[in-house]
Formats: sequence, structure tokens, C-alpha cells
Amino acid sequence: MSASYVASIDQGTTSTRCLLFDHAGRMVSVAQHEHHQHYPRPGWAEHDAAEIWANTLRVLPEALALAGLQPSDVAAVGIANQRETTVVWDRATGRPVAPAITWQDTRTADLVAELGRSAAAPLFEEVCGLTPAGYFAAPRLRWLLDHVPGLQRRARLGEVAFGTMESWLIWNLTGGPDGGVHVTDVTNASRTMLMDIHTLQWDQRLLDALDVPAAMLPEIRPNAQVYGTCTVGLPGVVIGGAFGDQQAALFGQTCFDEGEAKCTYGTGAFLLMNTGASVTPSTHGLLSTVAYALEGEQPVYATEGSIAVAGALVQWFRDSLEMISSAPEIETLARRVEDNGGCYIVPAFAGLFAPRWQADARGVVVGLTSYVTRGHLARAVLEATAWQTCEVVEAVDLDTSLTLSRLRVDGGMTANHLLMQTVADVLDVPVERPLVAESVSLGAAYAAGLAVGFWPDLDVLRGTWRRAALWEPSMSPVVRRRERAAWDRAVQRTLHWVVDEDPDAAPPG
Amino acid sequence: MATIQSIERAAAVLHVLGAVHEPVALGELSRLLDLPKPTVHGIVRTLCEVGFVTQEPDTGRYALGSGLATLGEGLDPHLLRSRAVNWADGLAARTGMEVELGVLTGRTVELVHHVFRPDGSPQRLRVGELQPLATSALGLVLLAFSPAVSASAAREAGDPTPRVSLARAVQLARRQGWACVDSTLRPGVATLAAPLRRHLGHRLGVGVGALGVSGPRDRVLGPSGEPRDDLVTQVVAAAHAVSSTLQERL
Ligand SMILES: Nc1ncnc2c1ncn2[C@@H]1O[C@H](COP(=O)(O)OP(=O)(O)O)[C@@H](O)[C@H]1O
Ligand SMILES: [Mg+2]
Repeated sequence: MSASYVASIDQGTTSTRCLLFDHAGRMVSVAQHEHHQHYPRPGWAEHDAAEIWANTLRVLPEALALAGLQPSDVAAVGIANQRETTVVWDRATGRPVAPAITWQDTRTADLVAELGRSAAAPLFEEVCGLTPAGYFAAPRLRWLLDHVPGLQRRARLGEVAFGTMESWLIWNLTGGPDGGVHVTDVTNASRTMLMDIHTLQWDQRLLDALDVPAAMLPEIRPNAQVYGTCTVGLPGVVIGGAFGDQQAALFGQTCFDEGEAKCTYGTGAFLLMNTGASVTPSTHGLLSTVAYALEGEQPVYATEGSIAVAGALVQWFRDSLEMISSAPEIETLARRVEDNGGCYIVPAFAGLFAPRWQADARGVVVGLTSYVTRGHLARAVLEATAWQTCEVVEAVDLDTSLTLSRLRVDGGMTANHLLMQTVADVLDVPVERPLVAESVSLGAAYAAGLAVGFWPDLDVLRGTWRRAALWEPSMSPVVRRRERAAWDRAVQRTLHWVVDEDPDAAPPG
Repeated sequence: MATIQSIERAAAVLHVLGAVHEPVALGELSRLLDLPKPTVHGIVRTLCEVGFVTQEPDTGRYALGSGLATLGEGLDPHLLRSRAVNWADGLAARTGMEVELGVLTGRTVELVHHVFRPDGSPQRLRVGELQPLATSALGLVLLAFSPAVSASAAREAGDPTPRVSLARAVQLARRQGWACVDSTLRPGVATLAAPLRRHLGHRLGVGVGALGVSGPRDRVLGPSGEPRDDLVTQVVAAAHAVSSTLQERL
């Protein structure tokens, strides 16, 4: 076989990257570009899908060039993407009809509250396994259908297409207006609120409840399957798989067995645990989601603890407060002081996600005294991610009665050793990072490689996992209890901040 | 004392660009400085190459470059680690050895990143560990490529290495583009390291760190006692790739 590499595209919230892997699952090249974040109003968060597509076309040749490779050296490409971010585009021109609404956007709060009160609410929980929330894609799609003139009609006529980022990229890579393939994968579809979590098909009753025309939807496919062939970017290379980024990371960390879990630290942080063949409804604020579905096999499910704001708080500290000029500098700043100086930040920017799901919460900075410096704030930023992790780990313990004895981590924030040490300290378990910190990319590559026989089976993939770093807990129980109590009091102060249901009437500030 | 005219003129160009708050066209620059256009053009081209001036792609006008603002600003060690993580992982995976990234702290090398040997054996993170400048591969690379430290500084710091042999080792590292030491820090362990460089317009760039692999001496060194060629290639290539990520907007 002449093609000895597999490519992956990780279309993330902050950037788009391409990684190339060899047979042993070792990274041989990476290229990456950030895209712009648009916040046109409080609570809104948008991306330009055309910019993301342009960045994709830049990173592919760059990654090849860095390793001295040609498209013909690539056996297949897999795609992972930020989930729930919603794009609608014109099938004839290939242009998005509106800015993409990202998963952090809260503009659909009212719509979702109304849906929650309607007769259809129990149907959603029963069929798609999700309690209606603004976090999922379908309410955003409904919002676009309501606000882009003529869109509902054009959707019914099949003139426009809906997709999350993987659909958008696959359609463009396979020819766009000129024969582009319009598909999504089961994991992304499981986050729309429109798919039956058992049959893995769109459910007409759910489509009707939100009045979404079926003509605009992509076809749902398994994670590892040849969807089509690239005409641009990687011309001639087959697209062998797609995954929502969090499920990709679970796959990339080779959590193929029930009870295996990982937490990925990027813009948000997401702890997923493999729950095997069964969908396990949570009583502690976790979500049921599809972990992966291989062609011709039963789907495997996962339970998920979603934290909306992790790295995003660091971005905010950098871009909005201008306290640092790059994200990693937060570690330098935080190490200037010994502790948080009594200061706590709870980043409920989009309400609180797991395990509380409080849409009316908003962020707080508490414990301020004249003693507090930038360094203490930097500590509080990092500790916020650690304590949020602790909350979802406790929810997993309660829900599954499986106690995590160690935590596998990955994602951009794992480069921050102070944060990883803090996570180990507050959880009181060892934290370990695999040799490929970009587990999202590795998972997408694994799917594509499986689809074309580059790798034979999951057992071979499991054998590739290697530990690159380990952080052992070293916090005393007394300190842990004290800090935990302070964090809990800080969280209490975020609750019920939003009193007006009108999303335009944001809190002062 | 005679001044060097071209430097004086370059400074004048920078002063003008700094005083005017919007990009300036070549003709206007030449008028403001009362110099012929070709002369000014030569100066701004050179200043563009070293990153002190940028040219707007659309209008062709000139403005102060970011290279000036970052002058004198060190590279944050944690930023360096973040930029290096993926390539360091790839290097560990492909060589089967542990990877170290060191920067200069005072007159020693401090490890800011460490990747375990990918063999599943129990290991401890060595981030924060200090290594001597004169007797470690990372240190020799920093001595050879970082303008912030000189060999005499290493000696003042109490390194016992004779002056002549240290100078020779540093010179060799500079010529080869890498350094290798055998068994100085841990018996039986050899380390091979290459410089991480930040190019601020200069062709070669300034050394801001060193990236290396450590392993059993017989896996690092060939029969001749020199490091294995393929290992040299991999370490240099990874260091080069990390260096190129430092050019982008930080
Ligand atoms: N060294 C670091 N310390 C803290 N946060 C970091 C560090 N490096 C990156 N980040 C944060 O991680 C996020 C980027 O990680 P990434 O895994 O690429 O996220 P995503 O896939 O969501 O775009 C950003 O929010 C950034 O602020
Ligand atoms: Mg990501």
C-alpha cells in the first residue's frame, strides 16, 4: 500500500487543524489556523462558515508540506468538529445564508423554555434522550428558519441545506454545489434533538414539533464509512469518517469498553464515559449521547458531563480583560502567587451546564479584597475548570456507581501543567495525558483508517495508547474541603441572575 | 565621531512611521525625509525583511512592524510549551525516547516540558528540573544559539569544564545545529538536542529554547560514538517545526 498516512481535520471552536498520522498512530505533521469569534450581542456567539472553509483549505496543504507528503500518500481523511454549531447554506451557490450560530450561543433560551412547557417536551426526552435545551442544534435551526427571510419556504423546497460543521466541510470537500455529499454522522446527529437515539434516524414527530423540513437535513451515517471522495483540499482522497469532537476524543483515547472515560479540555470541557450498548438516563444532570456506531454493528452509548466554559474563560481573560497576551501565559501569571488569595470565578457565561443546567445563571467573580492581584485572578480562572470537572465527576459517580480511579485527559488546555495538577488535586485521583494530546484528531483519523482497512480493528487501536504525562494528587484533605466549600458558595451566587425572559434585556454590564 | 549614514537614515524612517498614525506611501516618505525614492525604498525593504516595518498588501503603504514592539520581550516559557506539545509528542512517539524542552533560567537550563518515554513504564514528570549549561545537550545548544548567555557566564556559574573544551563544544554545536552529550547527567543516558529559534525577520533567528531526546546511549549513539543520523534528522526537524510555529501571531 503506497498511502501510508491518515489525515484528520479537527474543526474546533477556536481553530481548524489538520494532523497526519502514520500506521502506529504517531503524529507526523500538524497545521492550524484560528478563526474569528463574533459576539454581536450579549449571549450571541457566531462563526463565519466561509472563513472556516477557507482555513480548512489552508491547513490541508500546509500539513502535507510540513511532512513532505502528497495527497496520494494519504489513505483517507476523517473529520471531527465542534458540535451543535449550526450552519444553513444555499445548495446552488454554496454560500451560508447567515452566520453560523455556535454551541455557546444562548439566543434560543425563550424558544426552548416554550418548548419545555409544550406537550411535545416528554416526546423529546423519550425519543432523542435529551431534555430540550438551547445547547442543541435544532433550536438554532428553528431560530434561523424564523429570522432569515424566506428560509422556511426555501428549506421546504430543498434549496438550502442544514448541517453542523462536519456536514458543511464534507459537502464542500466533495464538490460543494457540484455534487457535494450531504451527510452527518450519528454522534453529531445525536446532538440536534431531532434523532431517535435508538434507531439512529431522524424522527418525523420531532421534526414536526419544531417544523423543520426534512428536505434540508443531511443523511445520517455511521462514524467509520467512506462518505465520498475529496475534489479539493485533498483531491482524490476518500473521506472515511466523521465524529463530533468529544466522541472523537473518546474514540481517540481508545475508551472502547464500558466504564472507560476521558475529559477533553478545550473551549469547554467534556467528560464522556462509555456506557456500552445501553442508553443510561441520568438523574444527576448528565446527557445520554451516542459514543460511536460502526457499520453493521450495534451503537455504543456514552454519558456526558458538559462544561460550557473552560478554555473560553482563559480566552476571555486574554481578549476581553487583556490581562495576558496569549492563553498559555495564564500559567506564568498564576505561578507568581501561591494560591487564589480568596478569589473565585464561576464562568456561567451561558448559564451553568452540567450537572446543574441553570439557564438563568450568570458568571461571578467573588471574594475580592484589595489583596487580590492579577495572579490570584489567573489562579481562579484555572481553578474554575478544575472544580467544574470535580462536579461532573461526582455526577458520574452517582449516576453510574462507577468511581473513576484515574482521569484520562486531552485537548489544548492539557499543555497547562498547573491546571492539570489542580485537577488531580481537587479530584484526588491521578490525571494522565496520552502521547497524542490531540485525541480529537486521532479519533477522527482512527475512524477514517478503519473505514479503508488502514487499521484492522479496535484491538489494534487500543494497543497504540501511550502515557505522555502523569500528575499525582498532592492537596491535603483539609484544604480540598475548604476550597470546595468556597467554590460551592460562589456557585450559589450565580443562580437566578437573569430575571427577564427577554434575551435582549441582558443584565447590566 | 563619524555616524553610519544608512543606520541614521533607517532610524529616521522609523521615527517618521512612528510619528504618523497611518500607513505612509513611499513617495510621501521620500518627501518627508528629503531623500530620493530609490534610497528610501532600499531602506524600507530591508526594514521589512527584519520585521521592523510592514507593507500593507492592498495599498503598498508602510507602517511600523510588530517586530519592534516585541523587541526586548522574552518568549513566555509556557507559550513555548504549548506551541511545542504536538511536535514533542510526535518526536517521543517516533523515537521511542523521552523528550525534554529547556529554556534559559539565570545561568542554568530549566525544563519547561517533558514527555514520557512511550513504553508504559512508571515515570515522573521532570518539569522544573535544572540542568547545568556546560555539561548538558540542552545547555550547549542554548550557549550556541541564545544571545542571552555566553560561555563565560557558564563558567562563572561554576561549571568545571575547561574553557577550551567548552568553547570547542559550543562552536561545534553552532556549526552542526545540534549538540549531543553522553552520560553527563545520568550514567548510560545520552541526550541529543537542537535549538528552538524565533525568527524576527533575521534569517537564522534567536535561540529561545532547546528540544531534545534522551535515551540509552546505545540507542542514541551509533557504533562510531556519534549520534545516529536518523535521530539527528528527527530532532532537528521537530525543533524546526516548533520554531516555525513561533513565527505566527502569538
Ligand atoms: N496553556 C494553556 N493554558 C490555558 N488555556 C489554554 C492553554 N492553551 C490553550 N488554552 C485554551 O484552550 C482552548 C483551545 O484548545 P482547543 O483544544 O484547541 O479547543 P477547541 O477545540 O475548543 O477550539 C482555548 O480556549 C485556549 O484559551
Ligand atoms: Mg477541539
